[in-house]
Amino acid sequence: MNALKEKVIKSILSITAFASIAFLIGIVVTLFANSLTALKGIDQIQFLFSSDWAPYYSPAEYGILSMVISSALIGITAALVCIPLGIGTALYLNEIAGSAQRKILKPVIEILAGIPSIIFGFFAMAVLAPFLQNIFDLPSGLCILTASLTLGIMTIPVITSIAEDALGFVPIGFKEASYALGGNRWQTLIKVTIPAAASGIITSIILAIGRIVGETMIVLMVAGGSLAIPTSILAPARPMTSTIAAEMGEAAYGSLHFSALFEIGLLLFFMTFILNFISERISKKYRLKLGQGR
Amino acid sequence: MSDEIKIKVSNLNFYYGKMQALKNINIDIMDKKITALIGPSGCGKSTLIRIFNRMCDLVIGAKAEGSVIFDGENILNSSIDIVKLRQKIGMVFQKPNPFPKTIFQNIAYGLEINGCKDKSFIKFKVEETLKKAALWEDVKDRLNDSALGLSGGQQQRLCIARALAVEAQVILFDEPCASLDPISTAKIEELILELQNNYAIIIVTHNMQQASRVSDYTAFMYLGDLIEFGSTNQIFTVPKNPKTEEYLSGKFG
Ligand SMILES: Nc1ncnc2c1ncn2[C@@H]1O[C@H](COP(=O)(O)OP(=O)(O)OP(=O)(O)O)[C@@H](O)[C@H]1O
Ligand SMILES: [Mg+2]
Repeated sequence: MNALKEKVIKSILSITAFASIAFLIGIVVTLFANSLTALKGIDQIQFLFSSDWAPYYSPAEYGILSMVISSALIGITAALVCIPLGIGTALYLNEIAGSAQRKILKPVIEILAGIPSIIFGFFAMAVLAPFLQNIFDLPSGLCILTASLTLGIMTIPVITSIAEDALGFVPIGFKEASYALGGNRWQTLIKVTIPAAASGIITSIILAIGRIVGETMIVLMVAGGSLAIPTSILAPARPMTSTIAAEMGEAAYGSLHFSALFEIGLLLFFMTFILNFISERISKKYRLKLGQGR
Repeated sequence: MSDEIKIKVSNLNFYYGKMQALKNINIDIMDKKITALIGPSGCGKSTLIRIFNRMCDLVIGAKAEGSVIFDGENILNSSIDIVKLRQKIGMVFQKPNPFPKTIFQNIAYGLEINGCKDKSFIKFKVEETLKKAALWEDVKDRLNDSALGLSGGQQQRLCIARALAVEAQVILFDEPCASLDPISTAKIEELILELQNNYAIIIVTHNMQQASRVSDYTAFMYLGDLIEFGSTNQIFTVPKNPKTEEYLSGKFG
């Protein structure tokens, strides 16, 4: 009887575990299958290196360069916001904050992590965009900077939580050894603790960037939506995700336009896949490095 | 051989918050001698040696009273230079804790944080201290490999070399062999005996054989009190205090 019960539980658990793999394969296959029309029907050089995107013209044009550049620019600018803030917060929590401050800060960061991105979008539209419009005297506050600041703030908790874990995981013995050799707090932090946690910190950064590049709602709301190649971070832009979200509803099912949107999705998928792969490799190396401290 | 006092502890009281961990301790640590600290778990051995290099400062709410004279200064004074103190009084921990860096960098670390930029001097020091720690022959061909790849005993010797590199005069050992196998333990003991010619050494140990094998003086502590302190020979053969005798005969602890 017990043996049977165990068998049942085991098979249920393995089904749930393999379900994720099935979903992943399903997604990849769907992306590929739906991209096929575009892969065959659009000159791929044109697709990647032209910035003329005009699916409703005839002949229609499908060049995604400006979207790729916009995505990259937003990703980089947002990273410049969330990396220093996220890591700074993690270092503060780990090294400086007393238990009272931790008790306040940690839940606040968790709440920040739980806010739906559309709420951030509202905030950006209502507060940030008008503010930046005023400061920089822009025709519209909806631009790369607005989107980047919002995305950067939104991803602070991604970095903080993982980086703080990594810092906390550094064995106390390393720090004691540094202090016992005459190292002060900053030398210990910079030369011992941070390097020992480096891979975890890098992983957190890569995951945050992946999150930024894949985020749709905020960029759709506040990036401005222009298809011109952005010339500055104060210019409006339309990254890859926005285009998909904005046009998917209108594109005729099975059309070239429809398929081209899928191909953008395929590209995004590979970009985030590569980011995840890199972070996985780094964190594996990190576990090995620390795990061997017999 | 000089019988010079290296550290003189007088009327030392120590508190973790309200809890008194050390009660009116008086002890003289002799230069170029090995002093063993023994006593049951929680009696304050680690606390005592962590006062000598002020590692006790890291504990919030910790407070020390009394005097601990080293180099003519009371090291409990807030005005002393902690960096200098910690370089002069090195520490080796229970669990070997080399940095996750190369063997070379592990030894260079203490010199570099003190502002030493002279590459050739650092190189010289690395070789010199690894030789002193009887590790040079084992590692001379892989100085740029990670220190974490060494065996536990080798790691512990690297930690000793690291302390020697910053010109330590006193070395504190907190159960240095607790996580090592008998052969590594024997090597560390041999090394400690060797080092005694040039350093004052304090070793905390739960291993009575180890205490009697290596030390010149033994201090027996119990519940924060220093119960008895004398030559190791005397303590192990004719202890004056009945508590010491009970402990040594394994009646408690
Ligand atoms: N950081 C700390 N905060 C509060 N109390 C502490 C702290 N460290 C030690 N103590 C307490 O002080 C007393 C002495 O501890 P200590 O670590 O010095 O003992 P020990 O003799 O080294 O024991 P062991 O043989 O187990 O290492 C114990 O009662 C311990 O609980
Ligand atoms: Mg102890």
